[in-house]
Amino acid sequence: MTGDALLAGLRGILSSSAPILFGVIGETITERAGISNLSMNGTILLSAMGGFAVTLSSGSLAAGFLAGAAIGALIASIVALASISLKQSQVAVGFVLALLCRDLAYFLGNPIMGQTTMRLTLVPIPGLADIPIAGPLFFRHDIMTYLSFALVAAAWFYMEKTRAGLMLKAIGENPKAAYVRGANVQALRYFYTILGGAIAGLAGPLYSLSVKAGWKGTISGLDGIGWIVLSITIFGGWTPLRAALGAYFFGLLQWLGLVLQPLMPNVPSQVLQVAPFPLMILTLLLVNISNAEWVERALARLPESVRRDIFNVLRALNARPPAALGAPFDKDA
Amino acid sequence: MRDTTRSRIVTGALSVLAALALSSIIIAATGHDPIVAYKNIAQGAVGSTKVMANVLVSWIPLLFATTGLLFTFTVGLWNIGIEGQITLGAIFCVGAMRSLENAAVAPGIVITIALLAGITGGMLWALLAGVLKTFGGVNEIFGGLGLNFVATALNLWLIFGPWKRPGVASMSGTLPFDPKFWMPTITPQSRLALVPLLLSVAGIILAFILLKGTYFGLRLKAVGKNPKSAYMLGIPTWQHMLLAFAICGAFAGLAGAAQVTSVYHRLIPSISSGYGYTGLMVAMLINFNAVGAAPVALFFAALNVGSIQLPIMLQLDSSLAGVIQGALVLFVLMGNGIRTMLIKKTRSKLQ
Repeated sequence: MTGDALLAGLRGILSSSAPILFGVIGETITERAGISNLSMNGTILLSAMGGFAVTLSSGSLAAGFLAGAAIGALIASIVALASISLKQSQVAVGFVLALLCRDLAYFLGNPIMGQTTMRLTLVPIPGLADIPIAGPLFFRHDIMTYLSFALVAAAWFYMEKTRAGLMLKAIGENPKAAYVRGANVQALRYFYTILGGAIAGLAGPLYSLSVKAGWKGTISGLDGIGWIVLSITIFGGWTPLRAALGAYFFGLLQWLGLVLQPLMPNVPSQVLQVAPFPLMILTLLLVNISNAEWVERALARLPESVRRDIFNVLRALNARPPAALGAPFDKDA
Repeated sequence: MRDTTRSRIVTGALSVLAALALSSIIIAATGHDPIVAYKNIAQGAVGSTKVMANVLVSWIPLLFATTGLLFTFTVGLWNIGIEGQITLGAIFCVGAMRSLENAAVAPGIVITIALLAGITGGMLWALLAGVLKTFGGVNEIFGGLGLNFVATALNLWLIFGPWKRPGVASMSGTLPFDPKFWMPTITPQSRLALVPLLLSVAGIILAFILLKGTYFGLRLKAVGKNPKSAYMLGIPTWQHMLLAFAICGAFAGLAGAAQVTSVYHRLIPSISSGYGYTGLMVAMLINFNAVGAAPVALFFAALNVGSIQLPIMLQLDSSLAGVIQGALVLFVLMGNGIRTMLIKKTRSKLQ
């Protein structure tokens, strides 16, 4: 492979991973507040269809992205209402919405299937775009890809460096303590669930107006991405930077699948497309396995030097969810 | 509001009405008359004995899936991997039939072995998700989802690779088996076979008895309600979880095997047809209670079959069935939440 092709490939990974970044950062914010929005697969499909439809009829890309964010926020507010106020199982509500919104996307998107509209264009940044290697890699993208870089940085800064970010983490870790300190836990949870949903809702139009431009119904190739987003959120250990790493790693795997395809003509393309999933299970296993009791017991039997090495590796990979994730908050309980 | 049967029925009825209203608005948004759409679905589900038989054909795997899920839900697990377990059941079933189709074995015995192979396949795939959960700490939702995609890939690889049709492999699946290996159907024209129908009914009755009338059911429930206290009381927790996974996988595998032996007679790319996910919806709608499984699964099967004609008759996408089903489950969940809240309010006022 030539250097140019490699550079183009890496550049492609950065832009094709951008929608996943929006999804993962949105979900990370929501889950940090103690709510898991399992509807992600439906959110991405419905916002992809809705954003495409709005741009198709209005001729405005901005309107399409706003519609995507609005759809994401609307779905998230149903999750919030059902789980925060009505205290229903977050898994149940999220799963139903994942299926319902997917079918709704296919149903409502039926008439506009296969039509074409405008798509995002590249906006090279003057000056910076001409730097060798770094220029084409980082400074020749569309606006939403730049925004995805900024989003990761902003989410990291907000969570780690601001008081409000501290409160966000507090309502997901120990809502009771946060309540005693004066936080309106329920209102904040509503806010972050809807905010996270709106951010994730940008992922859909980013697919249908750029990365996989168009709406092709069930063969749009978007079904399943939402579930990947949810697993990357876990892999990311509920932190923006590690989540971004996970998203790019996934993009790399998909790109490798495309590159390796011609080398393996006997393997159907569908098989390589699912190659990330066994890896996803493997990474979840690595992330979680040190939480298992038998691992602790097995480690205790190993000689001291080996034990320390394995322990350090496992601890580096390990991630624990926000302590109050999934649990409804009741100030009187 | 008080916790009475009447308030339960009223809440349920209002939830169904709300779901119907939302579905109607969605249909109207596409410029169609909701009443006409519903009439078409009804016509497509009960309009002739042929379509009614098709509803039953679709009811069988859905009831198998729902029955299996009652066990995993009772023990507190979300077996989303059921879709892959159905696929593996079908794969194992086809594998068994391929290895026996040229042997000197009576077709009846081949079909029986194939069904047992399907049960084994589903069970093994479920146990994989179960072991990942109990020993690897991988949440069964994500482990199961990942395994679903792996099962789909395995299925496609078999269809396009080792088991491909002579000549060109295609999305229409592997070469159909000889008709002597087809499960006998009730009438020659329909695909409704008596054996899977009886098995699915027997399955839900068995599940009802096991879950409601035995200590085993009670232990599953205890683990599902509170695994820690169940463990303290001497109920082996992870063993019960794995057992529930195995039972659910067995039913899922049977669903896949029934699709192969009585409906498709071959392996096709979408062999699980979403029955696992629809089964999850049915189980949620009946609040994991075995009593409602058969009728609600029948209604969902009727919606699925009834909407098949929508694209031809009204240029509407058949995913409308999924929209109506999803709206129903969503509003029933919300209705339950509102009802519980109102009951609590009444109670605190009375105190």
